[in-house]
Amino acid sequence: MTERKFVKPLKPKVDVNRVNTRILPVEFEYFEPRTVKEVVELLSKYGSEARILAGGTDLIVRMKQRFIEPKYIVNIKKVKELNFIEDRGDHLAIGAATKLREIEKSGIVRKRFVALYEAVRSMAGVQIRNMATIGGNLCNASPAADTAPPLLVFEAKLKIVGPDGEKLVPISEFFLGPGKTVLKHDEVLAEIWIPYQPEGTGSAFIKIARVAMDLAKVNVAVALRTEEGVVKSVKIALGAVAPTPIRAYKTEEFLTGKELSEATLEKAAEIVKTEVKPITDIRSTAEYRREVSGVIVKDALLKAYERISGR
Amino acid sequence: MGKIIRFRLNGRPVSIYVENNELLLNVLREKLGVMSPKYGCGIGECGACTVLLDGEPVLSCLTLAVEVDGKDVVTAEGLAKDSELDVVQRAFIEEGAIQCGYCIPGFILVAKKLLEENPEPDEDFIREYIRGNLCRCTGYVNIVRAIKRAAEELKFHVGKNKQV
Ligand SMILES: Cc1cc2nc3c(=O)[nH]c(=O)nc-3n(C[C@H](O)[C@H](O)[C@H](O)COP(=O)(O)OP(=O)(O)OC[C@H]3O[C@@H](n4cnc5c(N)ncnc54)[C@H](O)[C@@H]3O)c2cc1C
Ligand code: FES
Ligand code: FES
Repeated sequence: MTERKFVKPLKPKVDVNRVNTRILPVEFEYFEPRTVKEVVELLSKYGSEARILAGGTDLIVRMKQRFIEPKYIVNIKKVKELNFIEDRGDHLAIGAATKLREIEKSGIVRKRFVALYEAVRSMAGVQIRNMATIGGNLCNASPAADTAPPLLVFEAKLKIVGPDGEKLVPISEFFLGPGKTVLKHDEVLAEIWIPYQPEGTGSAFIKIARVAMDLAKVNVAVALRTEEGVVKSVKIALGAVAPTPIRAYKTEEFLTGKELSEATLEKAAEIVKTEVKPITDIRSTAEYRREVSGVIVKDALLKAYERISGR
Repeated sequence: MGKIIRFRLNGRPVSIYVENNELLLNVLREKLGVMSPKYGCGIGECGACTVLLDGEPVLSCLTLAVEVDGKDVVTAEGLAKDSELDVVQRAFIEEGAIQCGYCIPGFILVAKKLLEENPEPDEDFIREYIRGNLCRCTGYVNIVRAIKRAAEELKFHVGKNKQV
């Protein structure tokens, strides 16, 4: 089976600057399934001509711009199984169709997963956050997706449901490239499982963008655990600096077991710069992205450190 | 390809046939004559098309009309009660927060929700909350002031009611 491509990296059928964004110039059949089973059945039946519609804040825009022209739209907003936030003891489970606004309002997210809270708060305006879902953000697979770095550092697992049943995929294996994930045409992202972090973990998210409403030029999340100033465990993830959101494993390895001194942080920032593979695009240049990656990783580490309780 | 949808629009039941690919914004403006939601960008950036959907501000330019079946839609037209303007509407007028007016229905609906969530917002809270709405005329200063004024008037009213 082929990988699912959400965003054709090809040219749109018409000049994007000339499209009429007043209307949706695509005709389609429309479905409102109530269960995940029905969603999978519809996807299996219509294959690559079908698209899931969650918040629509990526999909409808792309359809207006005629990047994609699906013939069948499967709206998952009314699927209750996909819309919840639940404490399951060792992890927090979030339904893929849960709106960003619900996530930022969740007390558990705010307290236990600060980096995710900060990432969601940094996204768009209140109207978009009332529409956009966490699953849509991940499945759209933008290298700049803001929920990806925090979920990477918390080592979230994604529950994917298809015709042959369900499976759990670590988020580090989910993204394949811009607009590309491991999801097959007939699979749906159902749940995001975020493990509770050990006592004494601090986390932070930092995003550099042109204006408040824009996608990130660079974003970073950090989860840090120290004992008496020595790094016991550290996870660092960055977005918009490679074809997918990435973990900075070398930097993590370097920091583990070290004291968080100014010199150590400086060295870590240097290593980060060798791990990122940024490009130049309309939002920023490769050089800028590389420089800033080092700086914000350092800032995020300090911010996370300050947040470690009982430090 | 489409269907008949039934929803509440500014408190009144509406039933209308819409195509699957019709957007809520266009149905409101072109089929129902509700003109306060505006087309600004069509891609989610400006907030001029904001409506309240089941009480939450959303963008009608990115919402399929078929999706509002069974829901509650409020636009700026639905705020005045018995031809008396809403507190927020009055505050915008009194603070001179309106120039061309194109963006204002969107701001007013977002401000309604803002004040519901936080009756005593400070400047930072307001600026943060309205960042999904663009205004090409005012420079936002008077808009922020209007929202603060509305908050104070609401507080005053609540206080008055308590005494009675
Ligand atoms: C003005 C504006 C500002 C934005 N700002 C930001 C920002 O700051 N940061 C950021 O990261 N993003 C931003 N975005 C992008 C977008 O809002 C987010 O990516 C959002 O989370 C997408 O979610 P959605 O529910 O709207 O997805 P949709 O548009 O409904 O779906 C996106 C894609 O994912 C697929 N999909 C959705 N759910 C599932 C599922 N459960 N299983 C399988 N496939 C699925 C859809 O088929 C589609 O291809 C912005 C967008 C706009 C218009
Ligand atoms: S017209 Fe809807 S956000 Fe601009
Ligand atoms: S008053 Fe003209 S755009 Fe805001």
